[in-house]
This record gives sequence, structure tokens and C-alpha cells, in this order.
Amino acid sequence: MELVAQQIVNGLTIGSLYALIAVGYTVVYGIIQLINFAHGEIFMIGAFGALSTSLILFPGQTALWTLPLILIGAVAAAVAVAVVMERIAYRPLRNAPRLAPLITAIGISVFLQELVRVGYNDPTLFISDANPFDFPSAKQKVVFPRVDGISGESFDLGGIILQRPAIFTVACLAISAIWLWYYINRTRSGRAMQAVSQDPDTARLMGINVDRIIVTAFAIGAALAAVAGVAYGLQTTNINFKMGFIYGLKAFTAAVLGGIGNIQGAVVGGLVLGILESIAIQYFPGGSPWKDIWAFSILILVLVFRPQGIMGAKVVDRA
Amino acid sequence: MNRRSVISTGATLLVASMALTACGTRGGDSGGSGDAGGSGDKVVKIGVISPLSGDLSALGLGIQHSVELAAKQANESGDLGDWKIEVAPEDDEGKPEVGKNAASKLASDKDVIGVVGTLNSSVAGPVQPILDKAKITMVSPANTNPTLTRGAKPVDAPARTYDNYFRTCTTDDVQGPFAARYLYEKAGIKELATVHDKKTYGQGLVDAFSAEYKKLGGKIVAAETINPDEDKFSAVVSSLKAKKPKAVYYGGEYPQAAPLSQQMKAGGLDVPLMGGDGIFSGEYIKLAGKGSAGDLATSVGAPTESLEAGKKFLDDYKAAGYSDPAEAYGAYAYDAATAIINAMKVSLKDAETVEDARQATIDAMKDVSFDGVTGKVAFDEYGDTKTRILTVYEVKGGAWKDVNTEEFK
Repeated sequence: MELVAQQIVNGLTIGSLYALIAVGYTVVYGIIQLINFAHGEIFMIGAFGALSTSLILFPGQTALWTLPLILIGAVAAAVAVAVVMERIAYRPLRNAPRLAPLITAIGISVFLQELVRVGYNDPTLFISDANPFDFPSAKQKVVFPRVDGISGESFDLGGIILQRPAIFTVACLAISAIWLWYYINRTRSGRAMQAVSQDPDTARLMGINVDRIIVTAFAIGAALAAVAGVAYGLQTTNINFKMGFIYGLKAFTAAVLGGIGNIQGAVVGGLVLGILESIAIQYFPGGSPWKDIWAFSILILVLVFRPQGIMGAKVVDRA
Repeated sequence: MNRRSVISTGATLLVASMALTACGTRGGDSGGSGDAGGSGDKVVKIGVISPLSGDLSALGLGIQHSVELAAKQANESGDLGDWKIEVAPEDDEGKPEVGKNAASKLASDKDVIGVVGTLNSSVAGPVQPILDKAKITMVSPANTNPTLTRGAKPVDAPARTYDNYFRTCTTDDVQGPFAARYLYEKAGIKELATVHDKKTYGQGLVDAFSAEYKKLGGKIVAAETINPDEDKFSAVVSSLKAKKPKAVYYGGEYPQAAPLSQQMKAGGLDVPLMGGDGIFSGEYIKLAGKGSAGDLATSVGAPTESLEAGKKFLDDYKAAGYSDPAEAYGAYAYDAATAIINAMKVSLKDAETVEDARQATIDAMKDVSFDGVTGKVAFDEYGDTKTRILTVYEVKGGAWKDVNTEEFK
């Protein structure tokens, strides 16, 4: 029994990461029907933004007060990259056939990965060849800063180990989900976002600035992915330039599983996928070597019998 | 186009992009070579194929610089007459497809006589036949998979696969059992779990380890795997913890082993992690943090600094001022390069061009025998090293300390 609970805790932890990233896929898809495959890289940029903030402002400092600052740094880096990406790469293609932005997204994804890989400690092309803050080479794994109180001893709850970064991750998801619900349903721009998602042309006629809403959607997704990036860094204690790929893939899966375009669906999909993986490692035949086979078989089954996902896709189809 | 077809096209594209990124060459770091040939000298090249970028670049760059050091010293000694050695480093990123391209590039260079590499056994597989066809000698400082020298059935029916292939390190069928004996007999651990990363090296190591450990009477309470692309192993850790192992034997390399060790300790599984030479790197301790104290690794040969020649190598390496440390395989790469150079002394003597001397170099490798910086260097009829000395290292006070050096019988 303890073990089931432990594996559910593990599943919720990793599922929260999936969920935080999946929201970005779903929000953007809900509004412009674009699968932003570069979103996984935004998650990675967030983690590197946090690391850079720590290295620039307080190298070696691990006190708890650094946490809000590295979170802000992560969100700022991720949002900046996402907004620029939308402006340069997606907006010009807004009315192009749907395949075009999809290919662009993959291009951006590779671009961002390589940029961080070769450019992180060597910004020769852009700024100078100096490296005043001693950025480490991102060609291999980089140690993520610790934060006292978050990266310390685990709690033991009657045999169930609760790791502090795991609690932090789940808390981040909870706060983000509540804030997002409030924003979408209770604020003016949130309602404007719903309107654009239902019918952008009419929304525009009603005086809504559609471009601004789209940028907002990218920014929200990026902010949540950045928070996930920090949570990931604190959990695994190291980050790398290609971490966005596999997590982006899993988060996209979670978004589809929950019902693409549906924000609650992304959260539920992420948690379900995380728990499925953990439980599969422990209880399904074959153990860890088979976990992805079980997790994805179940995904296929869900989609065969419920193609709109667990919570149902919430998008007006404008084919 | 409706929504569902967007998703399905998207998924297809994603898969395609996975395939593409796996093929893309990420060169750019390879360029600098040891020596620029002197005026009027005939140039002969020793290639290096190892990961010069990516996760394993710490080990790969150590190999490259050690070969450069060997070449530099050989050039200075003047033993090769008017031949000047140049080093041609190629990045394989630790990926078989990229390694294959690197091998093709070196094979098409008429000045290349031998290659030191690869680091990964999985990369050596596709590299071997390409270099064999070009009759280029290949000496690996780090491939530990037994099948590379002894064919598909290394124990029951050993058969040499490629005449051009040699290695200066011992193999998994020695390293795995050596670790098993240490844990069972010396550390008194009778129950443990194994984890590997599903790659050639990791799986081979764990297989060889498990067979010997069971033979000794030990019990393997769990056999798990991890996905090397993910860094979150908490579910695997919980599953292991339930089986109460006294240690975890890991087959794989430090980029995954370090987070696994860190997450084991954070997840309440406070037992040592032991691995092979793939985790024997300073990077491991850096990434795994304080919890890594007590973790163990086996590596081939005696500790480099414990041998007189080894100490001199490390001093020379330091004096040469390379930007990256020699790491676990530096000394083996140095010996691998020296072996090729020794064979060249025989084969190049009367040769007009490098291409003419290639087969003669392979033939001369069989008779190479010298005291290298890792101990005696000589090859048996399969191309394996005749020296079978291994060492167990333990993380103590933030560094690897050798605890037991023995010859494997």
C-alpha cells in the first residue's frame, strides 16, 4: 500500500512537470491551432534563464530568497524568447497553410537547442567573446543552483518519501492552475482570449486586439514552462540543452491525452501520464524496461475510444 | 485540413525530426591538431574518433589531447625519420551514425594510417568495418564490449571479427565480474539490484556482472532499466527501494549515473551505486553532489598516478597545457597512439606513401610490445590487451580514491 502511494507521489511529481509544459501547447493550440513544437525548448530556456540569473546576480548563493529571483529570471528569459519567436517566426505565417508554421516550429526547436549548446558560454556572435559571469559550457550537463529549503532532506511520511523539490513542483502546478483558471474565466483579457479561441474574426469586430491576445497566450505558456524548468532543475540538480525535447514530446502527449485545447485537460493529461508511467514501472509486467510501452499503449487505447481526449477537446473546428 | 489531421501530421513530423536530429553532424569543435607538419616532411595522420561535444565530451577531449601529446613527443624524438605525425580529430558525439560519418571521412583521407577511438562500444560497431575496408589500424582506449574483438559469441566460440581492430583496455567480461567479486567478497554485499541504460555498454556490463554475481551466490533482487534521455528516475528508485537492495550496480555512463545516484539518496535509498569505467569521471562527482560519497567504480588498469610512467604522462599532459583534463581514458589513448606509432616505425620505414603502409601497420601491431603509461601493452590473437589489471575506486571527500587494484584471473 505504501508503495502504491509512493509511486503515485512520484507520478504526480513528474506529471506536474508534464502538466505545466502541456498547458503551453494547449493554450496556443486553442487559439491559433498551431502545435508549437518549439515549446519544449522554451522549458529548457527557462531552466537556463534561472541558471544565468543565479550566476549573474548571486553566484554560489543558495539562500531561500534567491528562489523568487531565479523564478523571475526563468520566466523573463522564456517569455522573451517566446514573444520574439511568435513575432518573427509565427505571425508572418498566420495565414499560411498549416504545415508551414509546423515546420517552422521544428526549425525553431533545433535552432534554440543548438544556440544554447554552442552559444551559452561563448556569445561571440552576438555580444563579445568575453564570459564575465563564468557561464559553464552547455555542451554537457550543467549543475543547477541549489536553493536552501527546497533542495534539502526529504520528508518521510510513514514510509512514503516526499522530496522537497517534488512538493515544490506540485505546489507550482496547483498555484499556476488556480491562477490560470481565474485569469481565463474572471478577467477581461481572459474572456477576450476565450472569444478569440471561439471566433477570431468576430472577436476582432468586437474590438479585441487579436494579435495581443495571441502574444499573451504564448507568454502564459512560456511562463508556466519556465516554472517547470526551474522545478526540473531543482529536482534533478542538473540541466542540459536537449532536455526540452523528450519533455516537450511527453507534454504534447499529455495535452492530446487530456484533450488538446482544453486547459483542465492538459493538467489532467499530464498527471495521468505521469502516474501511468510510475505505476507501470512498479506493477505492470516487465517493469521499467516496459514502462513506455505500457504508458503509450494506454494512450493509444484512450485515443481510439475517446479521440477527443479525457476531458474533451475544447476547440471550435474551423477547418 | 481538420484538427485531427494536423495532430497526425504533427506527430509524423516530430518522428521525422527525431530521426533527423540523430543524423545531424555537429562538428565545429574538431579542427585543432597537434602539430603542423614541418617543411618538406612527409605527413602521416593518426585520426581520433571520440565525442568532442555533448554529454561525454569530458572523456572524449581527454582522449584527443592524449593522442596529440603522444604525436608531439614522437615528432620531437625524430624516431620516424622524415615522417611527421598529424592528429586528425573527428567528433562522434557518442552516436553511431555520426561516428560512421567520421570514419568515412578519415578512411577517404589518404594520409591516415591509424585511428584512436572510439569511446563508446556502440559507436565502434559501425566504425570497425569502414576502417577495416580501408586497412586502417583502429585502437580503442575505451571500448569494453567483448563482441568487438571476439565476435557474437565471445565466451563459447570466440572468433576475431576485424583484423584491424585492437584495444588497450580490458573488456566487460572482465570488468563486470571483477566488480561482482569485489562487492560479494570484499564488501560483503549479498543482495543488490542492477540498472542499465539499454545501450550496448551498459547492458553488456550488467549481463557480465549478473552472471558472475549469481555464480558467487549473490542475489539480484531487481533488474531495472532507465531511459537515458530522461533525468527523472524517482519511480525506478521507489521500485528499487521496495526490494531493499544493499547496493545498486549501474551499467552506463556518468551523465545518467550521477542523477540516478543523487535521486537514490534523495528518495531514501541510501546504498552505494557501483558502476564501470563509464562513471569513473570527475564530472560524476560534480553532478551527483555530496550524496555520491561511498559510490564505487571499476576502471581498467592500475591508477595512472601509481605507475612511474603514468605519473610522467600526467605531468607531461599538464605541462602541455591542454584545456581539458586527461580523464579516465587519457592514459589508454596515449598508449593506443604509442602502439600505432611503434607499429609505424616498422611499416613506414620503406614505404613510399601512407596507403602502401596501411596493411603493414596492421601486421606490425601483432608484435607491438612495450611498457606504456598504463602498464605493459601487447595484444593477443583477438586484438585484446594482454594486461588484465583492474582497480576499484570509491568516492571519498569529493574525489575518486583507489581502494583495490588486482589482476583478474
